[in-house]
Amino acid sequence: MNHTNQSANVNSPATVQPDQPVSPNGAVKLAAQITDLTKHYVLKSETVKALRGISFEVPEGDYVAIMGPSGSGKSTLLNLLGCLDRPTSGNYVLGSSDVAHMSDDELSEVRASRIGFVFQSYNLIAQLSVVENIEVPLYYMGQLNAQSRKRSVQLATMVGLGERLGHRPPQLSGGQQQRVAIARSLVNDPYFILADEATGNLDSVTTEEILALFQRLNDEGRTIIMVTHEDDVSQHAKRVIWLKDGQVQSDESVTDRRVFSAEQVRKISQNAEVRT
Amino acid sequence: MRLFRTWKLGLKSLLLHPMRSALTVLGIFIGVASVIWLLAIGEGISQEAQKQIEDLGAENIIVRSIKPPDTSSGSFSEIVDFGVTRAEAEMIRSTIPTLKGVVPIRELPQNFVYNGNKNAKPVDGRLVGCTPEYAEITQLEVDRGHFLTHREIDAKLSVCVISAVLANRLFPSEDPIGKQMYLPEKQEYFNIVGVLKKRNATAAIGGSLAAQDFSLDVYIPLSTMYQRMGDREVKRTGGSFSISSFQLSQITLRVADVNDVPRTAQLINATLMKTVGGRPRQDIAVVVPYELLEQAKTTRLMFMMFMGLIATISLIVGGIGIMNIMLATVTERTREIGIRRALGGKRSDITWQFLVETISLSVVGGLTGVLGGLMCPWTILLTQRGVERFAPNFYANLPEVARTMSPQIVPESIPIAFFISVIVGVVFGIYPAIRAARMDPIEALRHE
Ligand SMILES: Nc1ncnc2c1ncn2[C@@H]1O[C@H](COP(=O)(O)OP(=O)(O)OP(=O)(O)O)[C@@H](O)[C@H]1O
Ligand SMILES: [Mg+2]
Repeated sequence: MNHTNQSANVNSPATVQPDQPVSPNGAVKLAAQITDLTKHYVLKSETVKALRGISFEVPEGDYVAIMGPSGSGKSTLLNLLGCLDRPTSGNYVLGSSDVAHMSDDELSEVRASRIGFVFQSYNLIAQLSVVENIEVPLYYMGQLNAQSRKRSVQLATMVGLGERLGHRPPQLSGGQQQRVAIARSLVNDPYFILADEATGNLDSVTTEEILALFQRLNDEGRTIIMVTHEDDVSQHAKRVIWLKDGQVQSDESVTDRRVFSAEQVRKISQNAEVRT
Repeated sequence: MRLFRTWKLGLKSLLLHPMRSALTVLGIFIGVASVIWLLAIGEGISQEAQKQIEDLGAENIIVRSIKPPDTSSGSFSEIVDFGVTRAEAEMIRSTIPTLKGVVPIRELPQNFVYNGNKNAKPVDGRLVGCTPEYAEITQLEVDRGHFLTHREIDAKLSVCVISAVLANRLFPSEDPIGKQMYLPEKQEYFNIVGVLKKRNATAAIGGSLAAQDFSLDVYIPLSTMYQRMGDREVKRTGGSFSISSFQLSQITLRVADVNDVPRTAQLINATLMKTVGGRPRQDIAVVVPYELLEQAKTTRLMFMMFMGLIATISLIVGGIGIMNIMLATVTERTREIGIRRALGGKRSDITWQFLVETISLSVVGGLTGVLGGLMCPWTILLTQRGVERFAPNFYANLPEVARTMSPQIVPESIPIAFFISVIVGVVFGIYPAIRAARMDPIEALRHE
């Protein structure tokens, strides 16, 4: 449905400098900016320092892969970026507001209105249909109406599930469920999509589908931040941030980025729809 | 609108486990229905008791003669004189100003036959010497003919009025009016001038007043009775016989203003008990229905409170059932809670979501419970008739209350039961709901 817009947006990532972790250009709009972020878990016997001072910026339209060994703090970082948790110290500016010290209710509002989540295990609500699942963030924003329903249906169609609006998650395959989750992450027009091992549960064909979808969204100007273990997956991003022991080890743009051609994207999504 | 969606969502979640939800609803259903049932049964029983007392007349004071126990031995006993006398009745009538009427009667067990058919087996009944006012105070209604009149009393005529059942037995195929009734023991004849309508028996009250079954009564003028039969009664039992003498069986005193009843009752007690002096009289009893009524009201209140307590306990048990289920549900849906929190649900949203579910459960339980409660009079009646028809022996052995009881729905019990059920839903639902809302979204999302 958005194929016509695509060409218009294709250039927008080119205007930003994804290979520059700290943007020298003040004109670039930032989706998120974190400075000196730390997160300590205080346990009975010890304090786990999951993050030890992390700083980076994510310009709008960026496509970031966060990598690192197990226990390096990837999920912790993503939870902070997703406003699911508050940092122990440091600042986090999302859009134009500092969210590091917001109250629980304020954070909930931010999550509902400005953040899109895609989880490894899809995390759809079993008793709701495909459209209803897509609508959940709008429900919490108090913005459910005929118009928003139309938008949800459009998103479902975009991810290739236009024929399955009334189906329940258990009736869908893993790849289909993940596409519903992606549609849901877009419904509130978020600053960025956060994906924690979004392809971790999927086979290679379905992983391609999801990555093609991500690329299409990114080409349209969406900002994506994903955590992954797989080099194959991270190669699709524009930029890779390596974490180690709660610190940024490296932050580089992807040199030989794997990009689906427009032709491939169309073919993959067509295949996906056929299989649907 | 938002609430409606929340509610719809709640219903959806509940319908995911129809059996579980149904059982939870059942707990509340039983609680609410039992509140209504127990109160209705309690009310039915106590209304019955009150009605029986009211039948005696709250404005009446009843003085009854009590035959002393037989103390003599041997074949011939002395004459026993007992009971309230005509003189006393007259004294009360003339000295107590709060009374508007004094109605004396004298009762005798008697055999009756139809004079036209003397060989028939006599019917065992009760002969009542009375005055015209008696019909009024005992609510006897005439079916055919007329009740005793003052003219008949004054003229001491040998006339009688008979009850419906007796009329049927003695005159299965004839009109009794104008026929003659024969009393073989007394060798007396009475002309039948009236037949009464059927009347229900009154129950025994307070021990001193035996149950009255009006079904086999024959009413004659008190004056005629005295003139023809005197005060003495000879009773033969085997070889021995005893003679007793009493003037009246009972006086019903009618107080003009109900509020004067307690005062008048005190006065009567003082007057009658004084006449013998020294020891308190044992041969009369003063029954005050008004006081019994007051007692019955207190008893009723306690009964209702007791029933209400039992019902409340069952509602609480239902509530605990709800809480139990909701706690299990919250644990089971931890993941969903995490998802909802991640997608922007506030703590209050989660609280409401679960609260709406428990409230829905309890409201459904409440509504069906009210319906079930309203079926009470119906179900009891059906059960009574069913047992009567299919297990007559068992039915006959049931206590009187169980056979005649007809539950009265207490109107207030319906909203009360319903609102208690809703409150139970809220009270027992709030803890699981808050627990759900308190969950850390990150941990909830990790939950398997
Ligand atoms: N709630 C918590 N309480 C205590 N320690 C925690 C908590 N969450 C995370 N940690 C610790 O913080 C560190 C970082 O964990 P995190 O989950 O971010 O790692 P990760 O990079 O996502 O690992 P993986 O690749 O295995 O998912 C780990 O040492 C972990 O044990
Ligand atoms: Mg992780």
